[in-house]
Amino acid sequence: MFESITKSLETVFDRLRGKGRLTRENIQEGLREVRTALLEADVNYKVVKDLIQRVTEKAVGEEVLQSVTPGQQVIKIIYDELVGLMGPVGQPLTFQEGNPTVIMLVGLHGCGKTTTAAKLAKLALSKGRKPLLVAADVQRPAAVEQLKILGKQLGIPVYSENGGQPPLLCEKAVEHAIKNGQNTIVLDTAGRLHIDEELMSELREIKERTKPHVILFVCDAMTGQDAVNSAKEFNSQLEFDGAILTKLDGDTRGGAALSVKAVTGKPIRYVGVGEKLEMLEEFYPDRMASRILGMGDVVTLVEKAQAAVKEEEAKAFARKIKEESLTLEDFLDQLQKVKKMGPLQELMGMIPGMGTKMEGMEVEEAQMKKIEAIMQSMNKAERKNPEIIDGSRRQRIATGSATTPHDVNQLLKQFRFMKKMLKQMSTTSPFRMGLPKGVPVGMLKGKRK
Amino acid sequence: MVFDLIKGFIEQAVAPAGVKEEKKEEKPAETPAEKTAGPPPPSSGGEEERPTEIPVKKQEDSSWLSLDAWVSLDDLKKGLEKTRARLEGHLQGLFALGQTIDEHLLEEIEAALIEADMGVKPVGRLMEELRRACQSGEVTDAAGVKGHLKARLKERFKGRKLELNMSPTPPTVIMVAGVNGSGKTTSIAKLGYMFAREGKQVLLAAGDTFRAAAVEQLEIWAGRIGAQIIKHQTGADPSAVAYDALEAAVARGVDVVIVDTAGRLHTKQNLMSELGKMKKVLSKRIEHAPHEVLLVLDATTGQNAISQARLFKEAVDITGIFLAKLDGTAKGGVVLGMQDEIKIPVKFVGLGEKAEDIQRFDPEGFIDALFD
Repeated sequence: MFESITKSLETVFDRLRGKGRLTRENIQEGLREVRTALLEADVNYKVVKDLIQRVTEKAVGEEVLQSVTPGQQVIKIIYDELVGLMGPVGQPLTFQEGNPTVIMLVGLHGCGKTTTAAKLAKLALSKGRKPLLVAADVQRPAAVEQLKILGKQLGIPVYSENGGQPPLLCEKAVEHAIKNGQNTIVLDTAGRLHIDEELMSELREIKERTKPHVILFVCDAMTGQDAVNSAKEFNSQLEFDGAILTKLDGDTRGGAALSVKAVTGKPIRYVGVGEKLEMLEEFYPDRMASRILGMGDVVTLVEKAQAAVKEEEAKAFARKIKEESLTLEDFLDQLQKVKKMGPLQELMGMIPGMGTKMEGMEVEEAQMKKIEAIMQSMNKAERKNPEIIDGSRRQRIATGSATTPHDVNQLLKQFRFMKKMLKQMSTTSPFRMGLPKGVPVGMLKGKRK
Repeated sequence: MVFDLIKGFIEQAVAPAGVKEEKKEEKPAETPAEKTAGPPPPSSGGEEERPTEIPVKKQEDSSWLSLDAWVSLDDLKKGLEKTRARLEGHLQGLFALGQTIDEHLLEEIEAALIEADMGVKPVGRLMEELRRACQSGEVTDAAGVKGHLKARLKERFKGRKLELNMSPTPPTVIMVAGVNGSGKTTSIAKLGYMFAREGKQVLLAAGDTFRAAAVEQLEIWAGRIGAQIIKHQTGADPSAVAYDALEAAVARGVDVVIVDTAGRLHTKQNLMSELGKMKKVLSKRIEHAPHEVLLVLDATTGQNAISQARLFKEAVDITGIFLAKLDGTAKGGVVLGMQDEIKIPVKFVGLGEKAEDIQRFDPEGFIDALFD
């Protein structure tokens, strides 16, 4: 979602990480780069300025200067600020008991209101509600038709009239819903400019007449600096309750998420992540901030890791790395613990620094299994001292793991190389993640089936 | 830390050679195969609708058109004023006569340009140049700053061809693409109306066979602007629609064909190659077609527009941008900012919901309007 911003921020932090203690100067440099990254992500200029100011205040104080790992500290401060800006978590929609819940969608042209209306109705349906879609967009040609088709696809009734005044139409739709036992009404209003006074007052009238429980501002995630203006105006006219960010499945950096929250104070409730009608997800500010920072879900990872590995074990593992006495036995053990933590793909995404490195790389569970099988086909002695593996042992291991001696060889070669790399890594900054650059990747690759 | 180490190993041991550089797999959920899952009509299976009348003059629903107000396309000064009124504003006060140049002024200018979506890097370069010009004494006061910035920006458009490429032998084929909700269909109606006003016969190809009611939407517009339309059913192969449209255009001696396409995010590769295929089909039927491939860009879009322009250019070699929805408060400055990186001329500007709300892009006017 926020891949691109993550990428640029990671470059910044890669640089910060190697520097040891932060000086006043490199805080400034780092912040300047954060500023550029945020602006390139379309976060509004003033919002960025505020953020930088806050972070500077915190970072230039003692807190950071006394810190042992300054890089961590800066990430933490920026992370906290981003979470603060986008949070708190918006409550998912709550539905009224008894009375019908009226949900009103508003926004600019082409921001995705109609699709979102259908998605919300589908969501309501899945929660056992009886939704009614209301085609209140009588402006755009065939908008009513579009909603009717979507309603048909979902098996959800659509209220529409031929022409008519939207405020009246909406009021009648609510009455119609009450009469027919529908308890969730989604009003799909026409797209309009926030500076169009006439159409904005029409929205106010719809609000007046239908007394919606929830008004949601639908915002295209690709919106630039102007997001603050439209959001502010819609909010001041209608006091909306939250926003839905659409089209987040592209490569947009989605800075609008920050902007909208910052200027309206209203939470982002959902994000649209595809054209299909089930592609509506809840919005998690912390998760989003983590992604922005390239930290993955580092918090989650740490928690999960703590549950799976005891600290002493980790220390012993680290010592072994230093002494280059790590064996395949240790490795198999760790591998199995990692597996306990969840699907590998998911874990990799959570690891700091992996965000960008994972791009386009698919870790296949099948490949993982193969590695595990090879190691399990070795006996303890072999795992402790791989040097004893000769031709016949190799053949046996290969047969036992349904692989080839070549595969076994590859694994051993990789393990030796990894040991060396790990030692190197353990002597550099603990904050430095990932393998050193320039590892001849191709050389290490196992044969692809 | 342990996990990073393991991850390092796994990364090395497991990643199949060469995969790193490859593009991400598309979600199978959005394969074109599924999109066109409906009846897959051969290129001959289209139902055609012939308009009952020759275009241009009286429409049944003339209230939509305000035909009388229209004089000619060149008489769009009113529209330009509209742009100007929208674009001007916060920069205006900065260039008061006699205002001296200080850090505060420079910062305000930088803020205004960034807030116009010009992009932080292009603005940074502009500001650097400006600072140099100030130091060298080339620019001495606020008025000079304005002149300097305008000149630098206008340079980017020197010698750029902004007119549409018209085919010497009709029909001229214009393909229109863009992301979801950028305003393609309305922009097509505007283009069609513009040609119709010039007395040309226009045929629209309903190539958005994916979105619900997209065909109906274009059909309504065709009726309003007096254009012919070729359509298939929703779910049909858009390339087949495109082909049929050209067949019909040739047979009927139409002047201009405008091909609509379904909105698609530029990052969806299968959908982008579908677009490439459509383009190929057009060129197969008529040499050199499409003569124009326009990317419709929402003026409220931020820096993502650059990615859009780049990827659409890669897929279908877009020849110009139609900057839609410039009647809001967004400045559309990204079309200036992107010129440093990707040179695609803006050809039209959309300024409202009506068919006549279109004007040819005038870089000088656009840039002047940013500052005056």
